[in-house]
Amino acid sequence: MMKKFYLIMTWKWATRMSGGSYYVPDQSRFPIFMAFSLFVLVMGASSTINNLDDPSSNSVYILYFGFACLFTTLFFWFRQVIKEHLAGLDSNQLKQSYVYGMAWFIFSEVMFFAAFFGALFYVRTLAVPWLAGEGEKGIGIAAVEMWQGFESTWPVIVTPDQGDGYVLAKKSMAWPGWDHALEWLPLWNTIVLLSSSVTVHFAHLGLKDGNRKKFNRFLGITVTLALIFVGLQAAEYYEAYAYYGLTLNSGIYGSTFFMLTGFHGFHVMMGGIMLAIMLARSVFAGHFEEHDHFGFEAASWYWHFVDVVWVMLFLFVYIL
Amino acid sequence: MSAVIENHHDDHHHGPAEGITRWLFTTNHKDIGTLYLWFSFVMFLIGGAMAMVIRAELFQPGMQIVEPEFYNQMITLHGLIMIFGGVMPAFVGLANWLVPMQIGAPDMALPRMNNLSFWILPFAFFILLSSLFMEGGAPNFGWTFYAPLSTTYAPPSVTFFIFSVHIMGASSIMGAINVVVTIMNMRAPGVGLMKMPLFVWSWLITAYLLIAVMPVLAGAVTMMLMDIHFGTSFFNAAGGGDPVLFQHIFWFFGHPEVYIMILPAFGIVSHIIETFSRKQLFGYSSMVWAMLSIAILSFVVWAHHMFTVGLPLAAEIFFMWATMLIAVPTGVKVFNWVATMFRGSITFETPMLFAIAFVVLFTIGGLSGLMLAIVPADFQYHDTYFVVAHFHYVLVPGAIFSIMAAVYYWIPKWTGNMYDERLGKLHFWLSFIGVNVTFFPQHFIGLAGMPRRYPDYALQFADWNMVSSVGAFLFGFSQLLFLFIVLKTVMGGKKATDQVWEGARGLEWSVASPAPYHTFSTPPKIN
Repeated sequence: MMKKFYLIMTWKWATRMSGGSYYVPDQSRFPIFMAFSLFVLVMGASSTINNLDDPSSNSVYILYFGFACLFTTLFFWFRQVIKEHLAGLDSNQLKQSYVYGMAWFIFSEVMFFAAFFGALFYVRTLAVPWLAGEGEKGIGIAAVEMWQGFESTWPVIVTPDQGDGYVLAKKSMAWPGWDHALEWLPLWNTIVLLSSSVTVHFAHLGLKDGNRKKFNRFLGITVTLALIFVGLQAAEYYEAYAYYGLTLNSGIYGSTFFMLTGFHGFHVMMGGIMLAIMLARSVFAGHFEEHDHFGFEAASWYWHFVDVVWVMLFLFVYIL
Repeated sequence: MSAVIENHHDDHHHGPAEGITRWLFTTNHKDIGTLYLWFSFVMFLIGGAMAMVIRAELFQPGMQIVEPEFYNQMITLHGLIMIFGGVMPAFVGLANWLVPMQIGAPDMALPRMNNLSFWILPFAFFILLSSLFMEGGAPNFGWTFYAPLSTTYAPPSVTFFIFSVHIMGASSIMGAINVVVTIMNMRAPGVGLMKMPLFVWSWLITAYLLIAVMPVLAGAVTMMLMDIHFGTSFFNAAGGGDPVLFQHIFWFFGHPEVYIMILPAFGIVSHIIETFSRKQLFGYSSMVWAMLSIAILSFVVWAHHMFTVGLPLAAEIFFMWATMLIAVPTGVKVFNWVATMFRGSITFETPMLFAIAFVVLFTIGGLSGLMLAIVPADFQYHDTYFVVAHFHYVLVPGAIFSIMAAVYYWIPKWTGNMYDERLGKLHFWLSFIGVNVTFFPQHFIGLAGMPRRYPDYALQFADWNMVSSVGAFLFGFSQLLFLFIVLKTVMGGKKATDQVWEGARGLEWSVASPAPYHTFSTPPKIN
C-alpha cells in the first residue's frame, strides 16, 4: 500500500501499456440505471423534506424506491466488475486505473470534510468573537447593538439571541477534564476507531502472507469495532438530545458538532459496510489473493481515511 | 462466465450499436463526448433564451415584459444553466472526444463511470428546470445563492435546487476523476508529461480543480439544507453563525470554478493558434507552468468577490495582491499566443478567427478583472454592470468562443466533413459584433452606477441598455446559424482529409476522418 501511495505522491506514473488489452467494457445498462436511481432518490428526498410538516404526504416512498433502485444497481454493477476481474479481463494497467480512481475519490472526500472544518474554524476564530464585539470588525458593526450581552466562548452555549429562536443546550460535548475522562464517550470512540485501523492493517498483512484465517479474523474484528463505534456514537447522540439538550437547533455549536460528527459517522457506516462486504467475499466466495486484492485495499484506504478524519474531529471538535 | 465475457470483449471492436441504446448504454468516449456536446448545446439555447428575456425586459426602463419575481428567476437560472449546463459539459465533452485520442489511449480509463457522469446531467437539469413550475417558482436568489436569500427567504423549490446541485456535483467529480486517471494512466509509451498536448495539460489541471472544489460546493448546499429544514445556524448570526460564512465557502468553490471554465479554453486556443500560424507554439513549458500557477493561486483569491462585505483590512489587502498576482501567469499566456503568431504564416479560417478574438476579448475581460481586484476601486464597481461586463467578457468571448473554435477546428475529425467556411465566417463576425455590442456598453453603465440584478433602472442608463439589448438579440439569434452549420456538417459536406489542417500537430490527426469508433486499441508508436 505504501508503495502505491509513493507512486501517487511522486507522480511516477505508469507508462507500461498492456499491448492493447486494456479492457473497454461493452455497452452497459448500469450507468443509466444508476443515474435514474439518483434522480428518483433526490426527487424523493426533496419532496420528503419539503413535506416534513405534512403527515399525509407519501413522498417518503419515492425516497425508499430511490434507495432500493440505487442499492440494486450498485449490487449488480459491482458483481459485474468482480466477475470481469475473476475472468481475467483486468490488465495491470486497468487495476492501476482503479488505484488512481480510489485515491482521487478519497481526495474529494477530504475536500468535503474541509468545507465543514473550514466552517468550524471560521465561526470559532472569527464569527463568534466578532458577534461579541471583539476586534476591528466587531467594534464597528451593529452586532454590539443587536446582540447585547452575548459573550464569546467556545463551545457557544448561549447563542447571540439568548435562545430567542434557538433551544439552548445545558452542556456541551467538550473535554470534561481528567476526573471524568473515563466516562467520556469520545475517548472510547477514539480508542475503538484507532484500534480498528490497526486491526484492518493486520488483516491486510495476513492477506499478503497468504494467511486467510488471519485475514478473516482481523477483518471480522475490524467490522465489529466499526459496529461498536457506530453504537457508541448513537449512544452519544442520545445522551446529547435527551440529557444535554444539545440538538441541531441549539445554535452554531450544535450545528457544527452534529454535522461534523454526523457526516463522519455516516462515512464510518459506509466504510464499515465496504469492509463487511469484503469480509463476506472472502469468507463465502474465497475472493482475494496475496498479490491481487485491490477491492479490499480500497476499502481499507477508505477506512484509514475515516480514521484520520476522526483524529481531526477529536482534536478540533472535542478537545480544543 | 469467462468465455461469455471475452465474447463481449471481442464485440467492442465492431462499430456502434444500433438504435437508441447506442446512446443510452454506451461506454465509448466518442459517443459520450457527442452526448455531452449536444446536451451543452441544448442548455446553451435554453440559457440563451433566458438571456433574451432578460435583455428584452431591460430594453427600456420600466417594467414591460415580465414580473420582477420572474426576472429574478431568469437571472438565476440563466447563470446556473450556462455555467453548469453549458460551459462545463461542453468542455467535458471535448475532453471525452480529444483526451484519449491526443494521448493515444483506447478510451477513457473508466468507461462505464463516464456514461454515468453524463446521464446524471439531463436528470439534474430536468429537476432544476422543473422548479419553474413549482409553487413559489424557481430559485430566485441569483446563481451565487447567497444566504439568507437562499435560506430564510428562499422559495420551497430551493430544496430541489440543492439536490440537483448535489447530483450535478457528483457528475462533475466522477467526470474529473475519469479525466485525471485517463491522463495519469493511459498515455501511450513515449507521451511524457511535458510532451502532452496543451489541451490535455489544461484538462489535467482543470480536473484537479474540479475534484478539489465540487465537494466544497456540496458542503455549502448541505449547510443550506440543514439551515432551512433542520434548524442549524451556519448562516444565521442569531445562533452564532454568519451569512458571510456562506460567501467564504461558496467562493472557495466559486473562484477555482471560474478557472475550471477557462483553463480548457487556454488549451484549445493554444492548439488552434499553433496550427493556423504554422509554427510551433511559443513557450510550451511556460504555458504549463502558467496554468499550474493559475490553478494554485485560484485557491487563495476567493475573497476578492466579497470586498464590500466588511472584511478585515488585512484580508482585503492580502486578497487584492494575490488576485493581481494572477495577472502574471495569465500575461505569460497572452504573450506566448501573440509570440506564436508573430512571423507565422497565418491564415484566418473560422477556428483561427474565434481564437484570435478569444485572445483579444479575453484580455479585455482580464484587464477589467484587474481593475476589480483593486479594493478601493471595487468599492465603486461592486455589483454594478461593470462586473457583469467583466465576467461576460471572460465567459462569452472567452470560454464560449473557445468552445465554438474547438467545434469548428475538430468537427472535420468528428464527422469526416468540412463545415461551410463562408457560413462559419459569417457566424464568427455576427457573434463577434454581437458580443461586443452587448457587453462593451455594460462597462459604461456599470461605471455610471447601474446595479446588476434589477429588472428596472434609472433613465440615464436607457440608451446604452437599448444598445446592449440589440447586441444581445444579434448574438443570440446568430447562434441558430451555428446550430444550422453544425447540423449541415453532420449531414454531409466536402470530405475532410485525415490531416484536415495543414499545420495541425498531434495524434488525433494521425487517424482517419471521421475518427473510427475505436482508436488506438493498441498504443501508437511515438518518437
